Amino acid sequence: MPRNARTNALGLSRNDYRGGKSTLCPGCGHDSISNQIIRIAYELGLEQHNVIKMSGIGCSSKTPAYFLGRAHAFNAIHGRMPSVVTGATTVNNELVAMGVSGDGDTGSIGLGQYKHLLRRNVPMVYIIENNGVYGLTKGQFSATADEGQFLKYYGDNDLPSIDLALEAIVSNCTFVGRSFSGDPGQVQALLKASIAHKGTAVLDIVSPCVTFNNAPDSTKSYPYGREHEIPLHDIDLLAPDFVEEREEIMIEDYEAGQIIDVPMHDGTIVRLKKTDRDYDPRQRVQAIQLLEEARMDNLLLTGLLYYEEPRMTLAESENLSDRPLTQLPDNMLRPPREALDKLMQSMT
Amino acid sequence: MSIAEIQQDTEFLAEERESHVNDFAFMVATKNGSGSQTSNSVLVRSLFHMGIPVNGKNLFPSNIKGLPTWYTIRVSSEGYIARRDTTEIAIAMNELTAAEDIADLPEGGVVILPQEWKWGRTRDDIIWYEIPVKETIRQFKIPSARREQVGNMVYVGVVSWLFEIPLDQVHRALSDQFRGKAGPVNMNYEVIETAWEWARDNLVKQDPYRFAPMNLTEGKILITGNEAAALGAIFGGVTFASWYPITPSTSLIDALLGYRHLRKDPENEKDTVAVIQAEDEIAAIGMVVGAGWAGARALTSTSGPGISLMSEFAGLAYIAEIPVVIWDITRMGPSTGLPTRTSQGDILFTSFLGHGDSQQVVLLPRDPAECFEFGWKSFDLADSLQTPVFVLSDLDIGMNNWMSEPFEYPDRPINRGKTLDKIGLEEFFAEKGEWYRYRDYDRDGIAWRTLPGTDHPRAAYFTRGTGHNDKGEYSERSDDWVENMERLRRKFETARTLVPAPAIETSPELRIGIVSYGSNDPAVQEARDRLRADGVDTSYLRIRALPLKPEVITFIEQHERVYVVENNFDGQMTSLIRIDMPQDNSHVESLALGDGLPMTPRFVYESILNMEQGQNAQERTY
Ligand SMILES: Cc1ncc(C[n+]2csc(CCOP(=O)(O)OP(=O)(O)O)c2C)c(N)n1
Ligand code: SF4
Ligand SMILES: [Mg+2]
Repeated sequence: MPRNARTNALGLSRNDYRGGKSTLCPGCGHDSISNQIIRIAYELGLEQHNVIKMSGIGCSSKTPAYFLGRAHAFNAIHGRMPSVVTGATTVNNELVAMGVSGDGDTGSIGLGQYKHLLRRNVPMVYIIENNGVYGLTKGQFSATADEGQFLKYYGDNDLPSIDLALEAIVSNCTFVGRSFSGDPGQVQALLKASIAHKGTAVLDIVSPCVTFNNAPDSTKSYPYGREHEIPLHDIDLLAPDFVEEREEIMIEDYEAGQIIDVPMHDGTIVRLKKTDRDYDPRQRVQAIQLLEEARMDNLLLTGLLYYEEPRMTLAESENLSDRPLTQLPDNMLRPPREALDKLMQSMT
Repeated sequence: MSIAEIQQDTEFLAEERESHVNDFAFMVATKNGSGSQTSNSVLVRSLFHMGIPVNGKNLFPSNIKGLPTWYTIRVSSEGYIARRDTTEIAIAMNELTAAEDIADLPEGGVVILPQEWKWGRTRDDIIWYEIPVKETIRQFKIPSARREQVGNMVYVGVVSWLFEIPLDQVHRALSDQFRGKAGPVNMNYEVIETAWEWARDNLVKQDPYRFAPMNLTEGKILITGNEAAALGAIFGGVTFASWYPITPSTSLIDALLGYRHLRKDPENEKDTVAVIQAEDEIAAIGMVVGAGWAGARALTSTSGPGISLMSEFAGLAYIAEIPVVIWDITRMGPSTGLPTRTSQGDILFTSFLGHGDSQQVVLLPRDPAECFEFGWKSFDLADSLQTPVFVLSDLDIGMNNWMSEPFEYPDRPINRGKTLDKIGLEEFFAEKGEWYRYRDYDRDGIAWRTLPGTDHPRAAYFTRGTGHNDKGEYSERSDDWVENMERLRRKFETARTLVPAPAIETSPELRIGIVSYGSNDPAVQEARDRLRADGVDTSYLRIRALPLKPEVITFIEQHERVYVVENNFDGQMTSLIRIDMPQDNSHVESLALGDGLPMTPRFVYESILNMEQGQNAQERTY
């Protein structure tokens, strides 16, 4: 991809991928994620008219207004974005759905819809901007807050936290990533990979709330993330047409066994290059073990946590027509008069 | 005839009208889950095939097996299909309720009960037929799982002999019931025939009741409202349905699945109607809202508790202006209430569903034919108005078999409303130089929408439940808010012009007007005939939709006294009428039943007579 070129393959500039001006607190992690979305969409040459930006309610859920201004968007109600995406993508299988939610939106009020969306394998990128608090309602603990954490207005949190990536894995999600909004490179790589995935791709991104939860001892803060983030691998994206050329370079740099190539549905290859640990995200039990370890030691392990060959999407398992149901001509929406007459005849 | 004289004659029994042929009602008392639904349906269908106007109403418990259940069947040579609250004949097959079932019979009534109970004759003013249920069944090799269901065929055989239903009609009805499958048809028929022969050889006919063939059902069909609604949706272009199981709405979706084959994609034989079972009603309507937003014709079907859960999304769809269709097959609330009993109790809640200032469009079908009609029309309305359209059917219409005229093919092409595709948008820009999602270009309150996926750089807009200006931009400004609400009011006035008009029959006297809606219709019609026969002329207006059309207000203004007949406890439609006509409504009286059972002509007739005499309306319970 031409990094500094002024336009992408569609002849669009990066500006064409921006949205409205953000109204979030300066420094909010969510804005950083919006910027990465703008960037990768520009780089990938995403056709915005086919993108739908979906969200629930929260500071995080406001962000679709701040990127991809030429894409349709639906800022729905609190915790219910999954059902809205399910409906939209089922009736139009050409849409590329990008959902943005918060830890409150997904982990509390929306936990049920989240799990059921994953179970149905609704094709979409599901971004959780996870800050451990309810930003928009001013700093209450969310269900992903650290156990034992203290917050000024709400005191101690004695409850264990919910790991939304783990929830995704046990709900049979086939693509689960975790990242940190202070690591733009990795966020971009995971975003690109998730768009290439067929089915639900969950990205649980620690995205600090600078106003209510940014103390260094909070695992959802910038200082903590900057110091403790442990990338499981370096991620490279090999676009379908770049595979050959790139492969040569890579093989030289890495020894065998240190690279895992994960082919995506659209031909893209997600190349995971080993860092310190041996980790194969294609092993479910290993992924669960990893997250257990992260929980015990408060580790911020990031990267592609889990990947599995995608199973059928909802529309496929429902045996729906391959063409978008929203584009059926009128004569396919209404059977002919004879069909009704025949039926009525059979009833008299 | 004076009101006082009429007062003497308030019985609706066949006895009083001296008609024992094709003019009586009978009740079958059984245990829930015993398969009696099949035998009762066979009886209803046999009578229907005999050409006799018939209704069958299932009064069933919220239970899978064991609790008492009743089924009432009424035949009427005059074509009345309203529920009768008294029956002349009881088929008492449930020992737990038999005492009460027998006690409820009028003088001269008939009871049919199993011999093996060795029940003493507790009344000598009724006719008793004791029949050998167990013994008859014992003669057949019936798999134990089927034994109870087939056992119910014994009373079908006895009833056929006693009241003269030709066995060939019974056989035909059985065939309908089992879709021609020889195995079950033969097994059941053998039992019926044996019971019939036993009755011929052992019973002495002592009662005067009997059926005689007529030709009043020719060309008609027998169908439930839920099946009709599903079929209407199929012909209305439904492409997406999501639901969560709840009585009495489940059979609508079951029927939709059954009719889906009518809408296969001819190219690949795949479905063009998605039917998704959601995890709850919030998700069900959420999916429908997402689908409607994306351009599908989307519906959900539910009942009271589901409607409660859907309220937040209903408000979103209202303010974000998304077409969706929501069927509420109403059952008795509040709360879980009487889950298997009918009601019109959601009308007030639904017409304002959502917090804040929302007003919803509501259609009120009276029978399966209107369920079919509203099944397709609701989509045109929702698309035209870009708003949720609620269709309030009820358990009585939805789950009982109704005699109906065959459905009429839609009389107009599909109307997708003000939707701009790529070319439409280009033309719009060429003409107006702009396009904003919520700008009221046509001054009817309805703006132009685009669908996701429209290949035009300016097609996109931001959909939200939060405050927005007419460009769809986020706004907390009071003037933007008020302007938007005013437009939505304008849109509601447009809705008033588009929704189905009421059905009106005006009597020249303009003295007494009856206003009603939905499944009450047969009861009101019959009561009016009775009143007319007694010299009391009434006009009748049947509301078919909300918002109320101006005709409704005019009708009410024209009449000296107006009775609003409805089947909820609080008189909810009366409240809605009072909102729309705050002045001059002192002559509007509420006649609300709301006891969980379908409306009866007797309630309407007696209530109106009593009110005309300055007395209180009829007591609710019978
Ligand atoms: C039904 C409902 N209940 C409560 C709220 C109030 N509310 C708005 S945002 C929010 C929490 C958002 O938290 P999160 O999803 O973590 O987003 P963040 O603001 O932290 O990005 C709540 C409780 C609401 N909008 N709707
Ligand atoms: S309150 Fe927190 S989450 Fe919300 S915008 Fe501000 S920093 Fe971001
Ligand atoms: Mg949060």
